[in-house]
Amino acid sequence: MTDTNTKISFTPERLAKAKEMIARYPDGKQKSAIMPIMHLAQEQFAWMSQDVMDYVASLLDITPIEVYEVATFYTMFHLEPVGKHVIEYCRTGPCVLMGGEEVFSHLKNKLGIKKGETTADGLFTLKEVECLAACGWGPCFQIREKYYMHLNNQKVDEIIEELSK
Amino acid sequence: MEDIKPIMFKVTVDGVEVEVAPGTTIMQAARKIGPEVAPPAMCYYEPLKGTGGKCRACLVKVAAGSAKDPRPMPKLVASCITPVQDGMIVENFTSPQVVEARKAVVEFLLLNHPLDCPVCDQAGECHLQDFSYENGVGTTRYEEERRTFEKEDIGPYIQLHMTRCVLCYRCVYTADQLTDGRVHGVMGRGDHAEISTYIGRAIDNDFSGNVIDVCPVGALTDKTYRFKNRVWFSKPVDAHCDCEKCSGNVQLWYRGDEVIRVTARKNEWGEVKEFICNACRFEKKKTSDWVIEGPSKVKRASVISANKYAGNLIKKPDFALKLAESQYKKIDDTRPFVSEMSEIKKSEDYKTLMQQNENYFKK
Amino acid sequence: MATKILTEHISTPGIETFEVYRKKGGYTAVEKAIKKMTPDEVVEEVKKSGVRGRGGAGFPMGMKWSFLAKPEGIPRYLVCNADESEPGTFKDHYLMKNMPHLLIEGMIISSYALGANKSFIYVRGELMYVIRILEKAIEEAKAAGFLGKNILGSGYDLELVVHPGGGAYICGEETALLESLEGKRGNPRNKPPFPAVKGLYQSPTVVNNVESIATVSWIINNGGEAYAAVGVGKSTGTKLISASGHIKNPGVYEITLGLSCDEFLNSDEYCGGVRAGHRLKAVVAGGSSVPIVPGALFLKTANGEDRLMSYESLSDGGFVSGTMLGSGGFIAFDETACIVRNTWNFSRFYEHESCGQCSPCREGTGWMQKVLNRIEHGKGNMSDIDLLVDVSKKIEGNTICPLGDAAAWPVASAIRHFRDEFEWHIKHPLEATKPGAVYMGDGVLV
Repeated sequence: MTDTNTKISFTPERLAKAKEMIARYPDGKQKSAIMPIMHLAQEQFAWMSQDVMDYVASLLDITPIEVYEVATFYTMFHLEPVGKHVIEYCRTGPCVLMGGEEVFSHLKNKLGIKKGETTADGLFTLKEVECLAACGWGPCFQIREKYYMHLNNQKVDEIIEELSK
Repeated sequence: MEDIKPIMFKVTVDGVEVEVAPGTTIMQAARKIGPEVAPPAMCYYEPLKGTGGKCRACLVKVAAGSAKDPRPMPKLVASCITPVQDGMIVENFTSPQVVEARKAVVEFLLLNHPLDCPVCDQAGECHLQDFSYENGVGTTRYEEERRTFEKEDIGPYIQLHMTRCVLCYRCVYTADQLTDGRVHGVMGRGDHAEISTYIGRAIDNDFSGNVIDVCPVGALTDKTYRFKNRVWFSKPVDAHCDCEKCSGNVQLWYRGDEVIRVTARKNEWGEVKEFICNACRFEKKKTSDWVIEGPSKVKRASVISANKYAGNLIKKPDFALKLAESQYKKIDDTRPFVSEMSEIKKSEDYKTLMQQNENYFKK
Repeated sequence: MATKILTEHISTPGIETFEVYRKKGGYTAVEKAIKKMTPDEVVEEVKKSGVRGRGGAGFPMGMKWSFLAKPEGIPRYLVCNADESEPGTFKDHYLMKNMPHLLIEGMIISSYALGANKSFIYVRGELMYVIRILEKAIEEAKAAGFLGKNILGSGYDLELVVHPGGGAYICGEETALLESLEGKRGNPRNKPPFPAVKGLYQSPTVVNNVESIATVSWIINNGGEAYAAVGVGKSTGTKLISASGHIKNPGVYEITLGLSCDEFLNSDEYCGGVRAGHRLKAVVAGGSSVPIVPGALFLKTANGEDRLMSYESLSDGGFVSGTMLGSGGFIAFDETACIVRNTWNFSRFYEHESCGQCSPCREGTGWMQKVLNRIEHGKGNMSDIDLLVDVSKKIEGNTICPLGDAAAWPVASAIRHFRDEFEWHIKHPLEATKPGAVYMGDGVLV
């Protein structure tokens, strides 16, 4: 991925999907598709390297700086390489009330890493995020598209075991 | 053809009435009256479309929305983006609420701003210095660590000092509106938003140097001029040249007989009159490159004319004067501006002051 | 049994599918609106209903619709704000994942009423799984002829696009949302112009919350007057309340506006009371940005009247003793909760979510967070308390968008009502920083 000689491109299916996404917006407003396409890119390339962002810019016929500006504004886009599973845990008030701080410190201890870090085996990256809109079902975290809710230490152990297989 | 009299709106700012066309903003109306009532601006920049609204330095109170609906607006509004209505009454320097809000804006802008004015090339022509001097309080209550950024090299001509940036976005608009391809922008968000190219590339474009002129602070400075001078030691001269790319109308900054800097000419609000190209700005540093027109007209209020910080040199409008009069002793603001000490010593004011001092120490 | 306008069928198995939703009376409102009503008549019904924006501001939806400019030859847009990110609020998440068709039906009718042929649902990017549910539902509705070209043979065309966000609370602010939808950074716009005149792609645009749009089907089926008959005073209809924190039954509840706060908190039909063995300390009634109040002031106003779950009753007493209904994010705190820590947590949220455009918010939110962080971690000074109040006042009202206010209110209100707890933290740093240490003041618990 970091090898700049590698030509970045979507798989044919994703490229078709990207074109369909662009077509959803009115003519000349293709820039609107930037976030859908960045999500698609992150699905394939795991993180938003400069090459990936430049590729997104070329698909949308916009300048690379427009992609950098957007990618750095929104928190879901990883600007550094990440592990196989990115655990994004909620640190906001309601989850804290439900015991989130204890559960996530257990998670950190279990993985032996701090927020923002990746395990040595490259399996897990921990990211601290703000409210995931699941306050009544907290503590919660998200791995890719999946929400894990009503977490406690035991559940965390099970999830990590499962994903480590 | 019959003469059609355009409809004009009457607006009052700090007690002074002015007639302006519909669509005019409060800021423009106030500027039409003059500097005595014009709100300060850190982000608004008339030559650049879309600027304004961000810094909140120009907040004013709308005491009456219009003649038809004279209710006041509930919040202070940013004068640079708020259009006037007929019969609108605006309070600027005369509103204690505005004065308080502006103090707050000064404080906010200075929270993380490094106090490196002694080595900053912008010192003396820095809008943040002026803004905080004129509207702020002399102290800070901030005890936390100041924000820092990783340094980024954006090429041989322009020096980026992100810690000094107030995020006015002017340089972004400049690149969008003047150059054929913006390569820098605002990255990140919140209190860690920063001006950057993201990939550490050079901002290299025929008109990129204009970002230096529009920057209100020392965040973007001229690398070819860096640490060479203090602005008050240099002498600005209007000059022009025959340039293919731009108007060629510039200001040369002399120290002795050496041209140490070239900039665009600015109007009384500190806004560039005509943007200039990089060749004129960075490459023509000899007198022989230019046709000299003569010394630039320097406003009395400029630090270049010295004594900028010696007192309030701007005449206040009658309304403000009356207000001041009711609260303080009468201020004679019509006195001629004098900087010669020998002249000052002859004046009645000086004698009275000295007499007062003497009486005081006698006690 | 209270009226269930939105959630009557939410527990029906398969309600997320077109088939089951249709069997339960779904899409009859679309048929009624498109076949038997003019767009203006639809707007009129919504106006009559008095339904207020459910995203937090509570502005009457019918009125918002009537502000939409309608210049010839320029497209108009409806954008649904599903960027639900306010701490304490998860009702739109709940509604969309369980009843996607309710939102889509509402979108069709609303788009018809406003004359929009392309409408957007802007969903926060984290809810990608909900986006897939919505996209599937759209496909189903399209297959059944309720979406696409010439809907139900009426000649009316509508395309619905689900747009993912990328992780930014600020995009819940309508102009930031529009910027984001245009593919830019989510910086709120200067107003005027308002979206009703110049919104998405500089065209007239209406932005409505998920829950607001979801009410439209019921209003069309039953009439605006019937909707207005539910609720109390200007708080008409029902409201989804997201309940979280120290209560027995966290979850989303549909309440009839005007329900007593006591019943909402203590009845088994709703929260089921504070969790067993604990007592109520404080309440955030409408999402993290509304003022926090002590439990007693949530249950009764300062005048001793019973507090109701309505826009008016919750704000009774203003900022001194009242709060707001906001987006309906109800968070309960029992005596184990530390108000200082929570205030710091919320202020960290606002610092993190500030777009950074205007100086009071960019600098002020970070400043408050840092001071609160010091106090929470045993390094506060007594003067910090007044400093925080002052900084919050200087942010409030002086920013481009309401995020500044949202950041200021929790801090100002926490200090107003729990000042002694802040003082205790500062005076007893060693004790206050012990894990789990909480100030036990006198007389605040209910």
